Amino acid sequence: MTAMVSAEHVHKRFGRVDVLKGVSLEVEAGRVACLLGPSGSGKSTFLRCINHLEKIDSGRLSVAGELVGYRDAGGRLHELREREVVRKRAEIGMVFQRFNLFPHMTALENIAQAPFRVRRVPKAEACQHAAELLARVGLAGRERSYPSQLSGGQQQRVAIARALAMRPKLMLFDEPTSALDPELVGEVLDVMRQLAHDGMTMVVVTHEIGFAREVADSVAFMDGGVIVECGDPRQVLDDPRNQRTRSFLSKVL
Amino acid sequence: MRDTLRITTAPADREQPAAPAAPPDIKAVPVRHPGRWLVALVVAAFAAAMARSVATNPRFEWGLVGHYLFSPRILHGLVVTIELTAIAMAIGIVLGVVLAVMRLSPNPVVAVASSLYIWFFRGTPVLVQLLFWSFIAALYPVISIGIPFGPALIHGDANVLITPFIAAILGLGLNEGAYMAEIVRAGMLSVDPGQEEAAHALGMTRAQTLRRIVLPQAMRVIVPPTGNEAISMLKTTSLVSVIAYTELLYSAQLIYAVNFKQIPLLIVVSAWYLLLTTLLSIGQWFIERRYGRGSAHGRPRTLLQRIGAHLVSLRPHAERAVEQAR
Repeated sequence: MTAMVSAEHVHKRFGRVDVLKGVSLEVEAGRVACLLGPSGSGKSTFLRCINHLEKIDSGRLSVAGELVGYRDAGGRLHELREREVVRKRAEIGMVFQRFNLFPHMTALENIAQAPFRVRRVPKAEACQHAAELLARVGLAGRERSYPSQLSGGQQQRVAIARALAMRPKLMLFDEPTSALDPELVGEVLDVMRQLAHDGMTMVVVTHEIGFAREVADSVAFMDGGVIVECGDPRQVLDDPRNQRTRSFLSKVL
Repeated sequence: MRDTLRITTAPADREQPAAPAAPPDIKAVPVRHPGRWLVALVVAAFAAAMARSVATNPRFEWGLVGHYLFSPRILHGLVVTIELTAIAMAIGIVLGVVLAVMRLSPNPVVAVASSLYIWFFRGTPVLVQLLFWSFIAALYPVISIGIPFGPALIHGDANVLITPFIAAILGLGLNEGAYMAEIVRAGMLSVDPGQEEAAHALGMTRAQTLRRIVLPQAMRVIVPPTGNEAISMLKTTSLVSVIAYTELLYSAQLIYAVNFKQIPLLIVVSAWYLLLTTLLSIGQWFIERRYGRGSAHGRPRTLLQRIGAHLVSLRPHAERAVEQAR
């Protein structure tokens, strides 16, 4: 098995605040990793580092064997040019807590936008693929709806379809259900479950313990900028060894 | 995968008990507004007095107003005013977008250059700038534009190159660019940073994100003040009269310099400005409607809906019913 995501001692500072203090994590291709932990523990920041929305300050972070944001030339790191960063990001899908759909575009345009603009896929083909993806997330017939006309759960499903439209080899989810009304969480998790079932490599920051237990191949518990416990979901969630994991789980379960 | 929203309707048994018949509508005595009647009387009295004065004061010379309203010289000035407004606004908008993008650029040199431009052109009166451009020959008698230290593309006597028309569009356009830059910048800052992030995460470049995601959304914030700028520009073009360029006002001045009929001619000029600003306001409304797509605020009401609402609101208490009916 090859590592899709490989992080070694990743550090990240915002000004004087150390947000990540040496995060090491491996996610193999086709596997699902869930990141749990209290807010402010650095989960989201770590996720954003993976597609270079944030720059790391030290350590090594690579996706599919290639360093994120840098090129290693004879032992020296060179920052990548925008064009190269963008090409790598295009292969990584990301789903945000607040959906971040483009409000001035219909659901179909949201999904077809990046393949059309970034990959230069012909418009008709991009739109057809977009319609298929909409059907796949259970929203056939909503092609012409604007995001404001959709419920939160539907918006998040469009956002997932939008990320899938680039045919990514890795999907990042940043608390995809945290902004949803409780009764809408299930429909989004259903889509994610199906995606995991289809073999997508996924890194999911979530507070949905049930989802992690059921879908994740590995669970990492983060606190204070480090991964304090990592392993099989049943072990981490049902029989945590670390005191901090135990106290966190006792609060959320 | 299912498309079902898992919202169950209220349990059936809660619908069961027959709802009691709705109580009859409340018929209360409405609050009286004697103040409104009083104000209406005062306003009507003033309006009547003004109408009488306008109709009976012979110095208005309405006949002359009618005569000059469509005189070829006035119409020529009108066309020039429209031209100046359109060209200066076009320069202003393009320059404003460029300056705003520069100002928000991560490149500090570019950002500072933009700030300095805005500082200078907003910090000096447009009238002074217009005069500067018209007297530019005193500063640079010969103007040569081209590749630095290379061949010149434009080369000539400043007095010939900088005609009053060129001075006018330079003065108005470059000044407007500084104001538009601030408007565009405010619009860009109003777009949720999450939008930019989502675009970047999809692999769009900075330029694509700006063009396809940020600017279209910023338009909703940019358009209304831009409409105000266009209306303001239409009137500001009258300043060009000081550099002897025959736009609407200067055309009228040339006529009354000969026949001394200042008042009728100024009325002619005002009527045309008023008509044009009205047309611009209507155009602005249509453009705002276009950029309201997908917004939570919904589209602005159509003109007929608005007029309808105003008519109804003349009757007290009816306004809310109209709002609810929307």
